[in-house]
Amino acid sequence: MSSLSTKHLLGIKDLSAEDINLIFSTADNFKDVLNRQIKKVPSLRDITIANLFFENSTRTRLSFELAEKRLSADIVNFSASSSSVSKGETLIDTVNNILAMKVDIVVMRHPHAGAADFLARNVNARIVNAGDGAHEHPTQALLDAYSIREREGSLTGKKVAIIGDILHSRVALSNIFCLQKLGAEVMVCGPTTLMPKYISSLGVKVSHSLREALSWCDVANMLRIQMERQDIRYFPSLREYIQLFGLNMEILNSLEKSITIMHPGPINRGVEITSEVADSSQSIILNQVENGVAIRMAVLYLLASGLN
Amino acid sequence: MQKRLLLDLTHFEITIKRLCCQLIENHNDFSNSVIIGLQPRGVFLAHRIHENLLNLTGIKNIAIGELDVTFYRDDFRRREINSPSKTHINFAIADKKVILIDDVLFTGRTIRSGMDAMLDIGRPSKVELMVLVNRRYSRHLPIEPDYVGIQVDTIRSEKVKVEWKETEGKDAVWLLSE
Repeated sequence: MSSLSTKHLLGIKDLSAEDINLIFSTADNFKDVLNRQIKKVPSLRDITIANLFFENSTRTRLSFELAEKRLSADIVNFSASSSSVSKGETLIDTVNNILAMKVDIVVMRHPHAGAADFLARNVNARIVNAGDGAHEHPTQALLDAYSIREREGSLTGKKVAIIGDILHSRVALSNIFCLQKLGAEVMVCGPTTLMPKYISSLGVKVSHSLREALSWCDVANMLRIQMERQDIRYFPSLREYIQLFGLNMEILNSLEKSITIMHPGPINRGVEITSEVADSSQSIILNQVENGVAIRMAVLYLLASGLN
Repeated sequence: MQKRLLLDLTHFEITIKRLCCQLIENHNDFSNSVIIGLQPRGVFLAHRIHENLLNLTGIKNIAIGELDVTFYRDDFRRREINSPSKTHINFAIADKKVILIDDVLFTGRTIRSGMDAMLDIGRPSKVELMVLVNRRYSRHLPIEPDYVGIQVDTIRSEKVKVEWKETEGKDAVWLLSE
């Protein structure tokens, strides 16, 4: 198989394991390109991509932008704060106006779950979801799984613990779908209040003890507390959260095995993870960022191959 | 589907030997020359040539690499895409004489992509092209080979298939027609 089964990348839920493996094998080739002196290929030179960010982003936005430039696509950037959205324009109007300028692919981050899906049904362009509310963040899950595969050799049978604010995390949901499709086992861990009610129906193990999760897993993916999405207080104090769920060198060294540490960023050093752990040899946080560009190049390349 | 044998095992070997001799005439001790086979099927010819050159000349080391051109093709989105193969070039090609190798030369578009891909890796002093089969009068671009195994005159609906013992079990070149 050399093309994806979907026209858009809205979520990992729509992808098959074959799709994910195709993205990974294509990303392998792009990773080679990124290590050359000329880190660029001409594949998408006749494609225009709009990056629509209705929510703040540093890493994802930069990563997409670099991926697009490495593929020689023309790009336009848009952020909600400096646009007509603040004047009351609807999402479809905004996007259709951009598409009227002959844009082929739209990469969108939006604070509302389902925004990417809504767009895919209403406008004539390939849509890549760069995060929609607390729903999905498919490219992050792909680069996380790709980084685990790179470190551990394979995902099959691997035990991955996702630790932190699961309730508000689109990374957690996409990671669960992606890891399960590739044959890994998933445990989520965090305070009861930051755990969605439906979580056990996704076929994951649930724990409220950091030590239990760390002893069980081969890989720990640490998530930050998403303060900006929290309308009420979910735990008594940050100090208590750090004591119960903060990952430090002492806990890591007390484990009987060496586990791999991941973090999708941005890191709140000293909260969910100490600087010592984030910068340790067990951490693959910067590999995740590096792999992000190759994964996004692969996704854009494969989606563009279906455009006429 | 009709099949006509263009090159049998004996002639296949003779052709490979002849191509090697032509290379030796032009490249002496290969100290400033490198061989690059185009993925996916040009690499078989490249490795066969490389192996024969080592045996014929007694030289211990001739640089050989594999180049994938998928991301440089000009027919991306015009037809089903092929999964990319690996590029393995672990030597500098700057200021080297590159012998670019593919199995069949047809429209010339793959070679054009190959040259673009190669120039992104470095700037060789000279590039030569070797093909096992040259399908004449079918070029879309002004590209001609320097070393040719066999010349064939074909029409567009015909196909040339090169079989390798590594993949198909035996060496042969076939002309397939409807």
